[in-house]
Amino acid sequence: MLKTAEQSVAAKTDDVGRIRGDFPILQREVRGKPLVYLDNAATTQKPSQVIEALTRYYVSQNANIHRGVYHLSELATAAYEEARGRAQLFLNAAHPEEVVFVRGTTEAINLVASSYGRSVLRHGDEVLISAMEHHSNIVPWQLLCDSTGARLRVAPIDRTGTLLLDEFEQAIGPRTKVVALVHVSNSLGTINPIEELVSVAKERGAVVLVDGAQAAPHMPVDVQRLGCDFYAISGHKMYGPTGIGLLYGRSELLEAMPPYQGGGEMIRSVTFEKTTYAPAPGKFEAGTPHIAGAVGLGAAIDYIERIGWSYIHEQETALLEHALEQLAGVPGLRIVGCAKERASVVSFVMDGIHAHDIGTIVDQEGVAIRTGHHCTQPVMDFFHLPATARASFAFYNTLSEVDILVRALKEAREVFG
Amino acid sequence: MVELRELYQQIILDHNRSPRNFRAIEDPDRVAHGDNPLCGDKIKVYVKLNGDVIEDVSFDGSGCAISQSSASLMTTAVVGKTVAEADELFDKFHAMVTTGVDQAAHRQELGKLAAFAGVREFPARVKCANLAWHTLHAALGGESEPISTE
Repeated sequence: MLKTAEQSVAAKTDDVGRIRGDFPILQREVRGKPLVYLDNAATTQKPSQVIEALTRYYVSQNANIHRGVYHLSELATAAYEEARGRAQLFLNAAHPEEVVFVRGTTEAINLVASSYGRSVLRHGDEVLISAMEHHSNIVPWQLLCDSTGARLRVAPIDRTGTLLLDEFEQAIGPRTKVVALVHVSNSLGTINPIEELVSVAKERGAVVLVDGAQAAPHMPVDVQRLGCDFYAISGHKMYGPTGIGLLYGRSELLEAMPPYQGGGEMIRSVTFEKTTYAPAPGKFEAGTPHIAGAVGLGAAIDYIERIGWSYIHEQETALLEHALEQLAGVPGLRIVGCAKERASVVSFVMDGIHAHDIGTIVDQEGVAIRTGHHCTQPVMDFFHLPATARASFAFYNTLSEVDILVRALKEAREVFG
Repeated sequence: MVELRELYQQIILDHNRSPRNFRAIEDPDRVAHGDNPLCGDKIKVYVKLNGDVIEDVSFDGSGCAISQSSASLMTTAVVGKTVAEADELFDKFHAMVTTGVDQAAHRQELGKLAAFAGVREFPARVKCANLAWHTLHAALGGESEPISTE
């Protein structure tokens, strides 16, 4: 039976209400007003399912992993490796060994820059990034270039916040060893045509790393289809705990790479004369890892899959469209970044009101948005802006929360005249 | 919106819209840079001294309403004062926006600067109000490293 438009709106309202019930923090108030959390690109809130998985682990399974012969250690090891298996399926990696647990996207990129980069790059080689990268996909490569004598090149963007494809292609030269690109921009919301970019870079013989921190929470990622060599994500941006993330690396590369950090867990045998290393991913997981974090991330992946990509896409698209439409009605407001393909992230500035003042004013209404350079200072410089305000949405946000933001912005306009 | 009006008082909004002494001094005796990396506020403070007296003081740069108006009001408050008097005023201002304890006792000396008393209710914004003062302090002390609130 066909649903009427009204019925489907009502059904959606029920859905989002039920989903919001999963997130305890969304029930709290801020400054006497219901919390309107619109800083999801910085970090997402956690559903009870994730919080309970962490508690369950500490209450009934906590032990150090891999070397214990006792039952509890076996349980903890199984829980940790099971989470790796779930991450493998989530990214569609060919093998679980291709998934390395790290602290987050930043550590994942540093791992690749320092292990792969230092062993492969020579003086005069090149690393190519784009002009819309987060600092975490700029600075590790600068450090690498400083220590190897390699050169960092930057593919430009246009005024809409879209990567210029011809210029990108031209920037890949015979000495380009690594291409590191963001999948979805955290400050502009641009979704890069990553499959196409990876394929161009791979044809030219470069190794490709994709910063997927802002993509993984919003769309299915298939690393085999993308054809990238490395893919980095953060658990806390996809409803999981802080301090845990994933690095996908193609087997052949991980096996050939030297260790990142030395210590326990990452060795096969140690003598004072010579140490041999464990195979990947153990080689890259020195020390006791964030076991509970991995378990929590596994629960977050389960949660996302239960909600389903089609619902996530539908709700986040509705939020983005509503926000763009409503924000256009705020006097003196200008949206920064208008790429054709974009995620549910809106950066904006207001005439005569600094982003920081906007942030303080909407906070009085319980609205949490981010203000500043969003760890993308080169993007701010490109648009000649010191800072922007940014609202970023998750599937648990509602259209009326967008309206609360817009009302608060109109109040800011009144305060500042 | 009561608290907000306390933060964004008319005098603060006025000095944000039309900052006083917003210019470079051609041949300053002292200059210092300050920045607030969190929000990207950048400021440069110029000072012309006559002996120990601040004969002229100005600033340029960009930032939020709190940092811009604080810089503007600071220049109007310290011009004509000695270096020691300016530093003393900074101490009182600093105490007012961080703890508030000295506010009542020093209302007289603080004058228009008392408009920033509301800032202490907004901990994230205290450094915005202090940026210009820290930078002036550095300029008067002859420090050459850029001043940062981080």
